[in-house]
Amino acid sequence: MKLMVNGSVRDVDAEPDTPLLWVLREQLGMTGTKFGCGIAACGACTVHLDGMPVRSCSVQLQDLDETQEIVTIEGLSPDRSHPIQQAWVELDVPQCGYCQSGQIMAAAALLAETPDPTDDDIIAAMTNICRCGTYNRIKAGIKRAAELS
Amino acid sequence: MTIQTKLSRRSFLVASAAGGLSLGFTLPFAGQAAAQAAGQLPEVNAWVVIRPDDTVVIRIGRQEMGQGTLTGLAQIVAEELDCDWDKVTTEYPTPGENVARERVWGDFGTAGSRGIRASQQYMREGGAAARMMLVQAAANRWDVDATKCTVANSVITGPDGQTISFGEVAEDAGKLDPPSEVALKDPSEWKLIGQPVKRLDTVGKVDGSQVYSIDHVMEGMLNAAIRRAPVLGAKVASFDAEAVSAMPGVKHVLQVGDDAIAVVADTWWRAKTALEAVPVEWTDGEGTGFDMPRIYAMLEDGLTAEEAFVGNQQGDAKAAIEGAAQVVEATYHVPYQHHATMEPMNATAIWTPERCEVWTATQNAEAALAAASTAADLPIEACDIHRINLGGGFGRRATMQDFVTQAVLIAKQIPGTPIKMIWSREEDMLHGTLHPITMCKMTGGLDAEGNLAGLHMRISGQSILAGVRPEGLREGMDPIMFQGLNHDGDEGRLGYTIPNLLVDHAMRNPPVMPGFWRGVCNNQNAFYLESFIDELAHAAGRDPLEFRRALMADHPKHLAVLNAVADGIGWDTPAPEGMYRGLCQHMGYGSYVAAAAEVSVDDNGRFKIHRIVAATDCGTAVNPQQIAAQIEGSFSFGLSASIYGEITITDGKVNEENFDTYPVVTMHEMPAVESIVMPSGGFWGGVGEPTIFAATPAVVNAIFAATGKRIRNLPLSNNGMSHV
Repeated sequence: MKLMVNGSVRDVDAEPDTPLLWVLREQLGMTGTKFGCGIAACGACTVHLDGMPVRSCSVQLQDLDETQEIVTIEGLSPDRSHPIQQAWVELDVPQCGYCQSGQIMAAAALLAETPDPTDDDIIAAMTNICRCGTYNRIKAGIKRAAELS
Repeated sequence: MTIQTKLSRRSFLVASAAGGLSLGFTLPFAGQAAAQAAGQLPEVNAWVVIRPDDTVVIRIGRQEMGQGTLTGLAQIVAEELDCDWDKVTTEYPTPGENVARERVWGDFGTAGSRGIRASQQYMREGGAAARMMLVQAAANRWDVDATKCTVANSVITGPDGQTISFGEVAEDAGKLDPPSEVALKDPSEWKLIGQPVKRLDTVGKVDGSQVYSIDHVMEGMLNAAIRRAPVLGAKVASFDAEAVSAMPGVKHVLQVGDDAIAVVADTWWRAKTALEAVPVEWTDGEGTGFDMPRIYAMLEDGLTAEEAFVGNQQGDAKAAIEGAAQVVEATYHVPYQHHATMEPMNATAIWTPERCEVWTATQNAEAALAAASTAADLPIEACDIHRINLGGGFGRRATMQDFVTQAVLIAKQIPGTPIKMIWSREEDMLHGTLHPITMCKMTGGLDAEGNLAGLHMRISGQSILAGVRPEGLREGMDPIMFQGLNHDGDEGRLGYTIPNLLVDHAMRNPPVMPGFWRGVCNNQNAFYLESFIDELAHAAGRDPLEFRRALMADHPKHLAVLNAVADGIGWDTPAPEGMYRGLCQHMGYGSYVAAAAEVSVDDNGRFKIHRIVAATDCGTAVNPQQIAAQIEGSFSFGLSASIYGEITITDGKVNEENFDTYPVVTMHEMPAVESIVMPSGGFWGGVGEPTIFAATPAVVNAIFAATGKRIRNLPLSNNGMSHV
């Protein structure tokens, strides 16, 4: 079947119940989206589906069609110019960085919806797990990105 | 002033941090004699390669896993090298190269907050030696006296004002004999050490381009999913490979060692899907039949046992307690904890009868090399480990290299084909190396004036060393159990002078695999001691800060961080309406830490941590903004354990299989953290772990101040408490 990923239509060949996460990683070779838990608990696999943040480990191929626009970390910007990416670099947000693709996609979706988020908006939207504990810099990064937008 | 360091060219001895062994170690100044890694540019020395375009490649022996050591170590070398920081990049030598070059890069093991504190001396010397060789090469070219040359920002300036860049003389420099004596800068001359420079490894983490071990791809690679017997010591009894052999993508269904089965398929998702359908029977193991009541019975027995290993003894604690005006007694407990790294364990291996190579995320690539060599049944020289940055380590990837062993054992059954093995989250949770379970009976005696006359701290519980490295035990005793409670030493020294003190450990080892977990035994020891000191202060009717200060006159560095957080939180002024405060201090891994917390608690036990002030004296602060990041992150990690963290065992098997049953702190619970980085100079302490020690006691002491309820058993969620 066909999927629209980062603006391109891509052919994929996998069982219908294959999670989008593993289609991205193993069929399309896009490994920026990370596997963390497989049960939509940690958010490391967050991508945008028609602009909404979704946990791609829990979206199956059979739930998708090529009219839906999937955006992954690789497609967020061509040159790390998205305000969230700029803010993340400016504030040295990542530590190990493994969860950050998902954090950035969740934050970018928040900012698209709520251009000037409050602390409460940020806490409500940002439920992804970071074991290094970069939460306070993520929060500061979102606010900085709002300024840069 | 400069610090002169006499160097012997070879056979310099360093203590191997991992094993406490002394190993022959060649200093990084072999110059022309150094073997050149194939295909690489000539190096100035083992630590420094300078390309013709002036790019400075600094080699890093320790392992980056988020803690920032890659950047900090590069800063240290670049400081002495006097190179242009904007041109610095890094690379990891492999452990195979380290072995071939007589461990020129020292110990790769990255644990115990050791990255900088245990390598700064030889890495600074490496940078300084490279600078001297570059200057000498320039001086030779100009036919001038090298001592008349100056160097800054990768440019050497001669006595007549002539200039030349590092890149232009690097090849010549590499041919020179290394200096026999190296002058290191005085700290007052530092330009880079102490600066809050940006990390070198951020960019690839914001666009998905950083390759983690789990992302590694090779031509012709197959993917493996694995399931190991869920009970310690259990083996594979039988399994039915035929049941899944026709499933999509499945190539092989294999036994791995004697305790696991794996499915190898074209994709990991197909391998995992098939693995879940394989009928398998396990034997019983030593863990069979063990559950929490049985484990707690073992620990409770240890609380009052006659025999125990003595870790610290001053005066006569038991007599002092017997003669005390007031005796306070309490029993505390910390359960098993899981590392739960974001990136599950994984490794890619390729095996042929001649050679075995592995690509993996490990905190100890040398241990991984040893594991690969054993599993491959090939000599060390025929194996190597390619190091990839970690999606979290926290100790799980430090000692046990079981993921490497498994990947090699699978690859060995499919010669010539690269195999990437990934653990599912459930497999990862079931096969943790758990922060061990302990209990602690605290008994304190106060004199008539409310002074601490005697203290007995009886720890009962599991030893990490007994489980993972019994050769490290000292006549049966595990010295790690006493971290932070020792009378002396930099690893963890008690900050109180207690005239009559007994700290002892009754070792009780349930059949559950233990491991080093970020902060290790400092974590529970700080919780036990700093909570109980608080109890004693209240029993004596004294202010917890004042009570501590009275015991700390001979411990000025411990006291300084405690005072800093007391000032920061405003201890001497009333807390805001509805807010309550607690504080604590602890010392470990060479650094002094303290924290003060401000919490509120409602009538239903719902609490919120509003504010934390945390101070660290790590002696030398290489990169203050990254130290602040470690302080912040340590609260997330430490509070995950104190609010939620508990692994339980039923019939030898771990019950918690994913983040739904093993919750951790998210942004919602994360307090505001004000970091005070206060290096007092003259020593190098770790920063990746110490603040974790202080996270829990500061908060539970504040909860006591709010509620009068003393939290003696973690996690808080078992005390009828939840975060708002």
